[in-house]
Amino acid sequence: MSAPYLEVQGLKAAYGDIQVLHGIDFSVAEGQIAVILGANGAGKTTTLRALCAMVSTEGSIKLAGDELAGQRTADIVRRGVAHVPQGRGTFPELSVEENLMAGAFVRSDPEVRADADRWYETFPVLGERRGQTAGSLSGGEQQMLAIARALMLRPSLLLLDEPSLGLAPMITRSLFEQLTAINADAGTTMLVVEQNASLALGVADVAYVLEAGEVALSGPADELAADDNVRRAYLGY
Amino acid sequence: MGVLASVLGVFDITLDKLSDGELWLAQFFRGLSDGATYASVALALVMIYKSTGFINFAQGSLALLGVYLAYIFSVEQGLPVAVAVVCAMVASSAVAMLVERVFIRPFPPDHVLPLVIVTLGLLLIIDSAVGIVWGFRTRSLPSMFPSGAPIEWGIAQLTWRTIGNLGTVFAVVGLLYLLLSRTKVGLAFRAVSSNLESARLVGIRVGPTLGFGWALAAAIGTLGGALVVPDLLLEPSIMLRVLIFSLAAAALGGLDSMVGAVIGGLVVGLARNLLVTFLDLSELALATAVAVILVVLLVRPTGLFGSTRVERV
Ligand SMILES: Nc1ncnc2c1ncn2[C@@H]1O[C@H](COP(=O)(O)OP(=O)(O)OP(=O)(O)O)[C@@H](O)[C@H]1O
Ligand SMILES: [Mg+2]
Repeated sequence: MSAPYLEVQGLKAAYGDIQVLHGIDFSVAEGQIAVILGANGAGKTTTLRALCAMVSTEGSIKLAGDELAGQRTADIVRRGVAHVPQGRGTFPELSVEENLMAGAFVRSDPEVRADADRWYETFPVLGERRGQTAGSLSGGEQQMLAIARALMLRPSLLLLDEPSLGLAPMITRSLFEQLTAINADAGTTMLVVEQNASLALGVADVAYVLEAGEVALSGPADELAADDNVRRAYLGY
Repeated sequence: MGVLASVLGVFDITLDKLSDGELWLAQFFRGLSDGATYASVALALVMIYKSTGFINFAQGSLALLGVYLAYIFSVEQGLPVAVAVVCAMVASSAVAMLVERVFIRPFPPDHVLPLVIVTLGLLLIIDSAVGIVWGFRTRSLPSMFPSGAPIEWGIAQLTWRTIGNLGTVFAVVGLLYLLLSRTKVGLAFRAVSSNLESARLVGIRVGPTLGFGWALAAAIGTLGGALVVPDLLLEPSIMLRVLIFSLAAAALGGLDSMVGAVIGGLVVGLARNLLVTFLDLSELALATAVAVILVVLLVRPTGLFGSTRVERV
């Protein structure tokens, strides 16, 4: 196998004096979907934030061979890393359309308009509400908007923090189908934190289980799905 | 009837005065003119409040500095007043950017209290610096607009200055609206005010964007000052007085609404002039402004046009 697209080594992160990640290693190959599982407070969100320099970190984060550690968020975004944060990753006072344009903030190519229309087609509710402010959408609609906003970057690496949060089960399933389609289509590498472990393991290639800021288990997603400990802790059967 | 007459007597209200149509109209025009100046400074306050979530006390001081520069450029260097004011706007924006870069950016933008204290400190420093450099004697800055009045009804005059002040404020609001809604830097500015974290995550450089807001607010504040000062006299505490009325205007308008700032400014300007004339409250004009701020904060904290903040997760 070639060198991984995202390669993280000895990643530590802290909020002030509180160390949350204690040196974790993981990697994702180009075009793959990786999932991070773990209990509440295990450090999943912090891991994604560390990749975007949204928290102070130590260690090495290599994207296609380039070191991201020490770079600023704005520059990491310009390298093609999009991040859908946990909770509401939208701009509530801006319209749906403006949210998408903000998502393409670092782009200046002429295809921004076409991309926006494409995501309106993929998420028809957004198309119907393009002039409304994001704050007036339902929680689930805002989550779709946050994802569409991230896709407007045309990311090479998409970080998704609990994308199913607040979505109805049906919508969650169709969202994951969309994500796998985008992954197959554009070859977008994805790193997904997800509570719905069976769904996430179903679409992922590799999986990591975080416990108290350390990688407790890792491997191909289908192997982890068959692992007794994982089944008991995260799949519930 | 007798009681009413004596109450009115206390306030020096005579029926003569109240039924004097020309006096009403004259005060109405003056109110509009004052209101326009409050509105322009209120706009600068609202700009910064929207993006940072706090009232920037240094704003009035940057405007003060700008007005002194306009004075230097026009009266001492002999530039036409309008040109001098534009130069002063550019210069005060540059100073504002520098101040933002040196004193504001080191602090995390989401911790409001330290920033409020820093801006209070900046207010004291800039105001005293202006006093030290230019002294405390009063000076007069000519108006950008011609003297005289194209329309007159007896003592009521619609002067060029009133028309100019109003026109300037509406032009500023229009341009600001276009800038914020039609340009990329405007989008960045509004994104930062709406959700700081997501703004970072779409690649917006938050520091320079806020610096741009400071520069813009200083330019607008300087322009507002250049509208006010010809009616009063230029001295180091002048913007402090204007700031009170502008704060009242901004609070009335809802603190985060530009249209609200303009309407608030006009209402405060009108109220002030009418109260002063008909209730003879000239000594209490400043207190009235403070009362407006308190009443708004107590009765309707979102003002007339402010948005109730949507809770963020
Ligand atoms: N801003 C913060 N300041 C201080 N501590 C924090 C902060 N954010 C998170 N933490 C701490 O870091 C630890 C990991 O938090 P993190 O948000 O990464 O967990 P998580 O795995 O995403 O949990 P969840 O499943 O609940 O989203 C927790 O113990 C939390 O208390
Ligand atoms: Mg989390």
